[in-house]
Amino acid sequence: MPKWAMVIDLDKCTACQACTIACRTENNIPFSSPEEAEKGRAILWMEMLTITEGEFPHLKRRIIPRPCFHCDNPPCIKVCPVGATYKSEDGIVGQIYPRCIGCRYCTTACPYTARYFNWYEPHWNSEMGNAVNNDVSVRPKGVVEKCSFCHHRLQKAKDKARAEGRTLLPEDYIPACVEACPSNAMFFGDLDDPKSVVSELARNPRAFRFMEDLGTEPKVIYLREGE
Amino acid sequence: MTTPEIINEDAVLFDPIFRTTRQFYAIVIILLAIIGWAVFAYLWQIKNGLGVTGLNRPIYWGIYITNFVFFIGVSHAGTLISAILRLSQAEWRRSITRMAEVITVLVLFFGVGNILIDLGRPDRLFNVIRHSRFQSPLLWDVTSITTYLTASTIYLYLPLIPDIALLRDRVTGWRRWIYSVLALNWKGTEKQKHILEWAISIMAVVVIPIAVSVHTVVSWVFAMTVQPMWHSTIFGPYFVAGAIFSGIAAIITAMVIIRKIYRLEEYLRPVHFNNLGILLLVMTMLWFYFTFAEYLTTYYGNEPFHMTVFYSKVTGKYAPHFWAMVIFCFVIPFSILCNSKTRTITGTFIASISVNIGMWLERFTIVVPSLMNPRLPYERGIYNPTWVEWSIMAGCFAAFILLYMLFTKMFPIVSIWEVREGREIAVDETVKRIVTYFPSEKAVISINPKEKPQGEDL
Repeated sequence: MPKWAMVIDLDKCTACQACTIACRTENNIPFSSPEEAEKGRAILWMEMLTITEGEFPHLKRRIIPRPCFHCDNPPCIKVCPVGATYKSEDGIVGQIYPRCIGCRYCTTACPYTARYFNWYEPHWNSEMGNAVNNDVSVRPKGVVEKCSFCHHRLQKAKDKARAEGRTLLPEDYIPACVEACPSNAMFFGDLDDPKSVVSELARNPRAFRFMEDLGTEPKVIYLREGE
Repeated sequence: MTTPEIINEDAVLFDPIFRTTRQFYAIVIILLAIIGWAVFAYLWQIKNGLGVTGLNRPIYWGIYITNFVFFIGVSHAGTLISAILRLSQAEWRRSITRMAEVITVLVLFFGVGNILIDLGRPDRLFNVIRHSRFQSPLLWDVTSITTYLTASTIYLYLPLIPDIALLRDRVTGWRRWIYSVLALNWKGTEKQKHILEWAISIMAVVVIPIAVSVHTVVSWVFAMTVQPMWHSTIFGPYFVAGAIFSGIAAIITAMVIIRKIYRLEEYLRPVHFNNLGILLLVMTMLWFYFTFAEYLTTYYGNEPFHMTVFYSKVTGKYAPHFWAMVIFCFVIPFSILCNSKTRTITGTFIASISVNIGMWLERFTIVVPSLMNPRLPYERGIYNPTWVEWSIMAGCFAAFILLYMLFTKMFPIVSIWEVREGREIAVDETVKRIVTYFPSEKAVISINPKEKPQGEDL
């Protein structure tokens, strides 16, 4: 079984947010008004973290793209009372929207706060509403959602490979954000294959993961910026 | 049993059931108005989604979860205190157990209710049964609270049976029919009394571990996550102590009000308030000990994520809430209750109101500041509860008061038969019991002072 993982090279990332936009259109993420976004209700499966370090005048600002980390040991799954969130065989943490009761226990248990809640009925303006991706279900109000590593793309790729009578190749399945990255800062692949690009990059001395001390084992690996 | 003399004996206890004042109706109307408004607020929330609350990311939980913890805490008033007092044969319990037990049963509905109000999809509630995963602490809550509600309802009902029988013999028509069904053919025979007392004492033993489990698992909803200042082993006992603390405060508050309205000065005497005041004092100190231990450990450990939450409580945005909590939960009740001169009915009433407010603030400062300070550097959220949340909270309190008032109109709020038993039998029994605590006179005289008493070397 593959173990899907993502590598983000912060040295190459220009914080252009193409991944955020690609994710939004790919996954039918609803818009929120500026007022709601101000209240902290915007849904961003791929969010830009802004980390400010140092003191004036030696300030350094880092901007880091943050999807769901698809932890191998996810704290969100344990607490769900109805099994609306689960880890698939290939390690992707999924969410079953029609089963979620909206208790928001998973959102509070996630140490990365990578889960989002639908505070309102989702809405799009008319142009965007006509452009929804039919591969991804639109979430109703009152349920939790988050980055799915574009799981629907994996299913499509599997079907295609089966139809063509071959095994799934690494290039068959790539999430929208990785595909859209203009500076080639993002990589995606199978962490169980020691020869894959992500495995090789994960062994890079620049590699780190967020809050490894919590034992969540995130499957999103960052490569630290060089000097 | 139906002879008029005996009924007149405790006439004041029957009074609320047969006479309803105009003020009662006025209060009922006011409460119904508040409840109606809260229902409107809830329907508004159902229609528009939880966006009508002040909740956001990362503050996913707010007033509703605070209320849930608070109400479940208050529920420890009744059953637990009453069971402990019954088992320890504290004779002064007799006139207060009923009003305490009613709090438990009624308030549990509002504890559970607040969880339902907090759900984004209340229409899918039954998924909790259809797809239940026992791995989730929320399922532990469901199990524990359901058991507790069942046990406390039985524990409230059992000592009610003889009193219902008293009422059955006093009324006619449809009420008589209801009371006869509920009285389970109670005739007050020796055999029936024996079975009843046996059942009550079994339930008293059973409810104690259940009650402890209830607030422990409520705390575990928080403690089982890895969030800063939630992930703490002290949370189980800390919440149980806090629950008993707010529970006793709730009993005292209810007692003072009932005593005044129904003129029960003869049944709820200064000694009751003094004794409960001492219990509240003990819990005040225990609460302080737990809080101190919890915060000192965090402070000394100095872990950055924990310290962010710590400072947001102690000096930051939630400092007013935190220090108000310390004043309401410790400074005010401690200074009133530690002095026997101020441990009067008024004194304990002020202390108990203060503790109620303080414990609500405690629940709030546990739930919100931890969520407000996520580990990753997001925009820190702000949480300003909206009119919807405040209205629903007011509605919960109003509905609780209303149900409590209706209970006093249907059943005696003081356990009549237990008070009578206390007056008629317990005095002799207690004297006999106390005698057995000491060596008999004969034994004292028979010991030869020159002879070394046996077992002293051990």
